[in-house]
Amino acid sequence: MIDLDINGRTQRVDADPNTPLLYVLRDHLAMNGAKFGCGLGQCGACTVMIDGEAVFSCVTPISVLNGRRIKTVEGLGTTSKLSVLQRAFIDEQAAQCGYCIAGMIMRAEALLEKNPAPSDAEIRRHMMPNLCRCGTHMRILRAVRRAAQVMRAASAQASPEKV
Amino acid sequence: MNKRSSLLGLAMAAAVAAILSDARWGSPADAAIREPMFDRQTVEKGAQLAAIGNCAACHTQPGGKPYAGGRPVKTPFGTIYSTNITPEVETGIGAWSQGDFVRAMHDGTDRAGRNLYPAFPYDHFTRVTDDDVNAIYAFVMTRDPVHAVAPPNRLMFPMSLRPLLSAWKMLFFDRGVYRPDTAQSAQWNRGAYLVDGLGHCGACHTPRNALGAEKKSQDLGGGEAEDWHATALDASSPAPSPWTAEQMFKYLRQGWDNSHGTAAGPMRPVSHDLSEVNEEDVRAIAAYLMWTMKQRPPRPAARAEPPVGAAQPGDGAVIFEGACASCHGVTLASTPSTHTVPLGLTTSLNAPDSRNAIHIVLEGIWPDSGERGALMPGFEGALSADQLATLLAYLRAHFTSQPPWPDIAPHLRETMQRKDSQ
Repeated sequence: MIDLDINGRTQRVDADPNTPLLYVLRDHLAMNGAKFGCGLGQCGACTVMIDGEAVFSCVTPISVLNGRRIKTVEGLGTTSKLSVLQRAFIDEQAAQCGYCIAGMIMRAEALLEKNPAPSDAEIRRHMMPNLCRCGTHMRILRAVRRAAQVMRAASAQASPEKV
Repeated sequence: MNKRSSLLGLAMAAAVAAILSDARWGSPADAAIREPMFDRQTVEKGAQLAAIGNCAACHTQPGGKPYAGGRPVKTPFGTIYSTNITPEVETGIGAWSQGDFVRAMHDGTDRAGRNLYPAFPYDHFTRVTDDDVNAIYAFVMTRDPVHAVAPPNRLMFPMSLRPLLSAWKMLFFDRGVYRPDTAQSAQWNRGAYLVDGLGHCGACHTPRNALGAEKKSQDLGGGEAEDWHATALDASSPAPSPWTAEQMFKYLRQGWDNSHGTAAGPMRPVSHDLSEVNEEDVRAIAAYLMWTMKQRPPRPAARAEPPVGAAQPGDGAVIFEGACASCHGVTLASTPSTHTVPLGLTTSLNAPDSRNAIHIVLEGIWPDSGERGALMPGFEGALSADQLATLLAYLRAHFTSQPPWPDIAPHLRETMQRKDSQ
């Protein structure tokens, strides 16, 4: 049995320690946000966050996750209360088939948590590992930019003296 | 208005037009240097030679204009910024004559006669023939001029004093064009000329002494390149499977070879440039390297398969199974983008220095922007420093017959800190 801290909750799972996190999320915990794309760390559909960093969950065994904070797209928002990034992806209509989007959002979330004002070049460099086979990359980039603007505006309102 | 004054007016208008057109198309001196002096063939030859010399790698900033300089080159003595070698007159080498350029390449001095730092590898470029230097001059002088000033070098005292380089040159600089060895074949001589001269392979692949000069007694014996280990290209090559000329040719041109691994780190732009060079020259380089490696017999066979046994959670074997085996396991993955090399054969795992393996596991291998190539994800973020160290020790122990690396933890710490500070 291994305890995993997923979206702030401790989940006890009975799986081999070498099992990739993606399989545990989907097959053991029925958390189907992270997708199986290639299983080889090549496409990014399985991206989740571990201690604030975007990682490929398909090549991350649960044996290395003891005591570390895992965040998946289920931890961002709900259909009634979307997170800023989820809202921005809808507003920019960034999904076509949608298969890559949970991974895209989690990778973007990792960027914006660390850098709330990324340049276009920084967004492109950061998002590079994640692929979208429908080709909505330009909308995805717009969604990330929009989310960053919304977050900055919100934090400026919250603490106007800092601006 | 009489006829005479109207003629005068016409002449003045013509003069003004001439001046204006001159101003529009650049100064006459500039035009004289840039355009008519170089024939197409010479420029093309220069382009090939500049690719063999990998000039763009140092003289271009990441994302910057080609050959406009400004890229930091870290040395044990501080940071040197590459210069602008575009034909821009004020900040580049637009005012340099061919003679100035030859002198820089052969003597390591700039146009004003000041010593250049040997981060510009004139200890190799001095071997290049006048004809070839002239072709490179034709190539760089026909690039787009860029106005760009490199930041000042940040070097520790007394290395910051250029006149001291005269002493360095007296001690270590062996000036002179390559002299063919008549006992060897034409291909061998071409390879030796390119490897020791323009290719300046030894700048990374030869160890350096305390004053930053290559140790000639250990030519191509393995050195340093931007915090990567530059593999030995002499008889001490760590590759378990001896190179063949054909494999080396493919590696240099395609950036990977199935029995040795993928060109990564600072070697990547080298193989990228060599992919554009004529085949005969790359074959000559490969043939010469077979000679420097002395064609030694194969080493004891490496264990190419991971052992099966009872593993504990936290073991390197468990991490390997979950993180690596989907590509590097018993069945090697084959995807459109990936050529998976058997780990036991990789130079990085068999090298005496752990840094290349650390870089690859941390950062992965990514194709150049817009190009096809092997893709391996990096594991920084997924694995903690301790887990990475455990995994690296496991890879070394189970895939090679080499002794354990003594230095994984400190190298790992340094590499991760350096990345954080970037």
